[in-house]
Amino acid sequence: MSSPSSSARKRGRSSNPPTPGSEDVLSPSPRAREPSTGELQPMPTSPGTDLQSPAVQDTSLFSSPMPRLDMSSPLIYDTPSRGTPARQRPDLGSVRKAPQVDLNSDAVKAAVASEQAAGQRLVIWGTDVNVGTCKEKFQRFLQRFIDPESREDENASLDLNEPLYLQKLDEISVVGDPVLNVNCSHIQAFDADLYRQLISYPQEVIPTFDMSVNELFFDRFPDSVLEHQIQVRPYNALKTRNMRSLNPEDIDQLITISGMVIRTSQLIPEMQEAFFRCQVCAFSTRVEVDRGRIAEPAVCRHCNTTHSLALVHNRSVFSDKQMIKLQESPEDMPAGQTPHTTVVYAHNDLVDKVQPGDRVNITGIYRAAPMRVNPRQSQVKSVYKTHIDAIHFRKTDERRLHSLDEENEQKLFTEERVATLKELAAKPDVYERLSSALAPSIYEHEDIKKGILLQLFGGTRKDFSQTGRGNFRAEVNILLCGDPGTSKSQLLQYVFNLVPRGQYTSGKGSSAVGLTAYVMKDPETRQLVLQTGALVLSDNGICCIDEFDKMSDSTRSVLHEVMEQQTLSIAKAGIICQLNARTSILAAANPVESQWNPKKTTIENIQLPHTLLSRFDLIFLMLDPQDEAYDRRLAHHLVALYYQSEEQIVEEYLDMAVLKDYIAYARTYINPRLSEEASQALIEAITKDMFDEALRALADEDYLTVTGKTVRLL
Amino acid sequence: MPSVQDWINSPLGAVDALFAQNSSRSDWERKIVEYFKEKLKVNDAQSWVPSLNDVPLHYLKPNSLVKFRCMIQDMFDPEFFMGVYETVDPSTNSKVLRCGKYKDVTDCGQIDFNSKNAVTSERQTFYCVPIPGESQWYSFAGSSQARVVPSTSYTPNRHKRSYEEDDDMDTQPQQDKENTDSKRLETEAPSHNASPSHCSSNLDLNFPLPGERGPACLVKVYEEWDGFKLNDMLEVFGILSVDPALSLIAEDKEASSMLDPTESMETMEEQRAHSPPASLVPRIHMLYAQPLQHNNPLLPSAVSEDKAAFLNGILGELASVRAELQTYLTHVFLGDSLAAEYLILNLISSVYARRDVLPLGKFALNISGCPHTSPYTEHLYQAIQQLVPSSYRLCMSLNNMNSQRMVPRKDYTANRLVSGTLQLASNTSLFLDETQLEQGQLDTTGVQNITALGNLISWQKVDYDFNYHQMEFPCNINVLIASEGRSLLPCDCQVHLCPALNPPNLEEYLKTIQLAQVSSQLNKYRIYLSVARSLDYSISDQMTKEVEEDFVEMRKDDPQSVSAEDLHRMLIVARLLSLSYGQTSLSRENWMKAKQMELVRISRTQQQKCVNGNEP
Repeated sequence: MSSPSSSARKRGRSSNPPTPGSEDVLSPSPRAREPSTGELQPMPTSPGTDLQSPAVQDTSLFSSPMPRLDMSSPLIYDTPSRGTPARQRPDLGSVRKAPQVDLNSDAVKAAVASEQAAGQRLVIWGTDVNVGTCKEKFQRFLQRFIDPESREDENASLDLNEPLYLQKLDEISVVGDPVLNVNCSHIQAFDADLYRQLISYPQEVIPTFDMSVNELFFDRFPDSVLEHQIQVRPYNALKTRNMRSLNPEDIDQLITISGMVIRTSQLIPEMQEAFFRCQVCAFSTRVEVDRGRIAEPAVCRHCNTTHSLALVHNRSVFSDKQMIKLQESPEDMPAGQTPHTTVVYAHNDLVDKVQPGDRVNITGIYRAAPMRVNPRQSQVKSVYKTHIDAIHFRKTDERRLHSLDEENEQKLFTEERVATLKELAAKPDVYERLSSALAPSIYEHEDIKKGILLQLFGGTRKDFSQTGRGNFRAEVNILLCGDPGTSKSQLLQYVFNLVPRGQYTSGKGSSAVGLTAYVMKDPETRQLVLQTGALVLSDNGICCIDEFDKMSDSTRSVLHEVMEQQTLSIAKAGIICQLNARTSILAAANPVESQWNPKKTTIENIQLPHTLLSRFDLIFLMLDPQDEAYDRRLAHHLVALYYQSEEQIVEEYLDMAVLKDYIAYARTYINPRLSEEASQALIEAITKDMFDEALRALADEDYLTVTGKTVRLL
Repeated sequence: MPSVQDWINSPLGAVDALFAQNSSRSDWERKIVEYFKEKLKVNDAQSWVPSLNDVPLHYLKPNSLVKFRCMIQDMFDPEFFMGVYETVDPSTNSKVLRCGKYKDVTDCGQIDFNSKNAVTSERQTFYCVPIPGESQWYSFAGSSQARVVPSTSYTPNRHKRSYEEDDDMDTQPQQDKENTDSKRLETEAPSHNASPSHCSSNLDLNFPLPGERGPACLVKVYEEWDGFKLNDMLEVFGILSVDPALSLIAEDKEASSMLDPTESMETMEEQRAHSPPASLVPRIHMLYAQPLQHNNPLLPSAVSEDKAAFLNGILGELASVRAELQTYLTHVFLGDSLAAEYLILNLISSVYARRDVLPLGKFALNISGCPHTSPYTEHLYQAIQQLVPSSYRLCMSLNNMNSQRMVPRKDYTANRLVSGTLQLASNTSLFLDETQLEQGQLDTTGVQNITALGNLISWQKVDYDFNYHQMEFPCNINVLIASEGRSLLPCDCQVHLCPALNPPNLEEYLKTIQLAQVSSQLNKYRIYLSVARSLDYSISDQMTKEVEEDFVEMRKDDPQSVSAEDLHRMLIVARLLSLSYGQTSLSRENWMKAKQMELVRISRTQQQKCVNGNEP
């Protein structure tokens, strides 16, 4: 048993001591560096800790009674002060204003089972939050919560079978970043009532959490030095909503919304505490800012001169503040409407955490304040100004840098949706079904649709970097080639609309620069900015290139690297870098003589450089078969297009949504491997040189893995 | 119960009365809306309401009921306001519950912010502009329809007095304040003029088309705003609010920002875009809105029984009107009846459905072979303008293409959608004049504009520029391209103009044709086009088979001659042809006729090709 936990015991802190085993399993390295155990205390390893003299602190700790029991002012920050400065939380507003109500007189919460003393039966005015109970619950949560199925990458290094947040506290003591991020869904899983309180009264509950975590932390690491006290930052409130669904009921509640940062303001210093000095006797006093106003003292308390106090700006306390404009992310928007925006205020160290263009999830408190027509008038404009005080930012696209598999993770599927998708996948003819759902308005060409479907699913990325080979390409490149008017462009357009990260360009109008990236001088900052082109933008998506044959040779040459190495090297105007361009290319080209000449060979008809052609995994010919039966079916299909009623069309449209989800789901969760059987079949098929058959055989294995160039048409 | 005059002239009185009666019940909001809906239903009550489109703003009484025919140009963020609030009279300390709906500013008195009875509600603001490209004839036709206009709202004298009355009701300091404010306004006015940038941004009302005039409006929507879409056409009935206090917010900005740091978070541009002076951009608090399927004033707008009766009356003479229109257009096309036929089809085309990404029913027409030298295209456009409710002529001159903003763009500094030429309401006729295009270089904007036009024609959508991403807005615009040779833009159908007569003075000739049409005749045409467009259409099974047979047959002779694309086009032509005759299903004759028309058209184009090919 290490000393922190035993000392906690001594003071009867918790009726639920941490499991004895857990303490020992915790990584010993931080403790070795940190002079936190009693034995090491006399000789602090670093001179910096001398200032705070842990030994002295410790004795004072044991001699003083638990400050926690001082319930008269439960929300004052310096409860477990011990030399670490408390830091105001402007994100929570002025909490000190919250008056308390004795619950015994109210008898509302008398039923609350609590082993606390009767004097602690206090709730904060206007809420049902009992500070003591709340602290108790939160500490229990910190000490006990285990999430074995955690998939967050922040927790990657942590032992999942140990209490998650204790490990995080350890981390804080090592790293010294006094911020504890708490996932609200964990709290909900642990204690639904606490979660409800947190959501409904964040302004009161979060400071309570702060106190509680600080007590726990300084018990465990009595002599660690932090810049300021630990602040709890809840995130991922389960009531996550998009901006559109915010309504007046959410005011003053904890919310999490996602969106895109479109603008950030300059840093605004906001006064927290004003410093006044008397002009006569130089007596100084401090006044706290209350709701954006300072009550200037009229009389000097020392010399009783009236109106002698002057504000001294550079001795006042300011905090950082920044305004951020958040716009609804395009996915959340209903068609035909413009995106909404909201104002977010970031405080202190959250300032400059996000840049315009970032996709973020923001957890914060939703606020509304009435607007005055004129500050000197009582008349009020009947409109409220709303904003969100940010407590936590979480960038959603940050993770894309780590690895691909997590890319779609935030795209959550509801249970039933997954069930529908699974059901669909279980059907034997799923492959046929999906391919016919793909661009139903385009007639036949089933093989091509299947090919595109495979492209949509993509292959598995194989990492051979250890053997010095680099990544194996997982994306399938497809070239469509055929007579004009065989709806190639339409197919491309459809695919472009189907995939989340698709780009559509036409070979005629695009230059090499437009496809890759270019360097531009930002008009405002005069900095050089790298602007990415279509290929980089469609990283992890599909880049559709129409009129491939009309592309100039120099433009086409940039595709060489992209299509094989899946990267893009840039050396321009002093910027040298390699960008990821893990994109599949779907190109459409016309034959050389604009009509397919059956007398010539395929290669002669396409007339593309062989090097480039070899980089396409699948090349489809879209030809006019010129036979009567085909014509008849085609005619029927087209005519049907023109007389089908609206409802039927709507049905089809729904299918597109299902297809979209299906692909996203498959891409995210399913990583196929070639089974023994299948690879045998594959080898056989290749030796037989019947590629199409191979495709079909593999397709029955649910999703095809095409690695590298194992399979090629030519 | 209030009389008719009351609910038009002081609807807020009616609202307050209803609120007082029903405030204890939860459905008071619906009661109010129902009350006004009922009132507006009474025979021609709607025409009594003065329209913001026709009556200048300063003739309208503030806080009266008005209507406004408009298009939603931008949607602002929803705002929270005091739905119900309680005021405290400082002298008596008595509390009164008030309704904050349909108002911008609370009534006088101290407001109790911590009242338990207060309700915060949400409303949405739309920035609305008059329907872009609305034709001139509209206002004549519109006013003749709305014969009765309450005289009260027209008299400027009365209006002035009412203003004074308003002021009298207010407390003394209020008036003082207003006086000083107006003084400040005056003194500030010259300084505004001095800096041109201020001036222009002040006056930019964000109309999609250059040179448009008319009132722009901020429409406050109280319920079911999710049903509205950008670029929807609406007829809004609501309470006009031009409270001078609204514009003060912007004026007072400097002063207030000193006191309240949060106020300064909004940029100057944003303030200006979101709370422009009420005298320039009035607010309308919406009570009721009618989505407009079309904006032809000669047709009843609502879908109701009397519409069916109306249609039946018209369908009978449809064929004769069509014949007359065709003759008229033939004259306009210098005797080319085929071009006239195709133009009719173009004018009644409309996207009726979308399959995946493919819009069905669009029919972009390219009239090639237009005389280059004379202002023929201008006259052609004028003829079209006379026929359709809204239209726009876009000269594709190099300068225009390179400088005009066609695609709407989000301006994040001002937080608004800056409109572009292609932000048009559905069924607007867009006339692209390619004869104006000369040789030269297109810059980046020009290329983007051409791409946008191409997208508009092929997919009937416009990708609005949101800086970080693009957003696709479907549209439904009839495109007609006039060009010398084949247009550089993709289009569904190209007709080469073959003038049968060659009048010595083209201009003179065209003018006389247009003057020959009396307005009653034109009205007939206008009704005809709108009706034909809105008809339903189907193909019987038997016809389907015949068409299939036909197609197979055609392919048998020469597979090169007819492709799937051609079939697509023929089906559209057949569809529009049937509709133009008022027939709701495809008949054999029409199918044959469509085929015939296509044949003539194609042979003409091929001839043209040969001619051009022989030329050096």
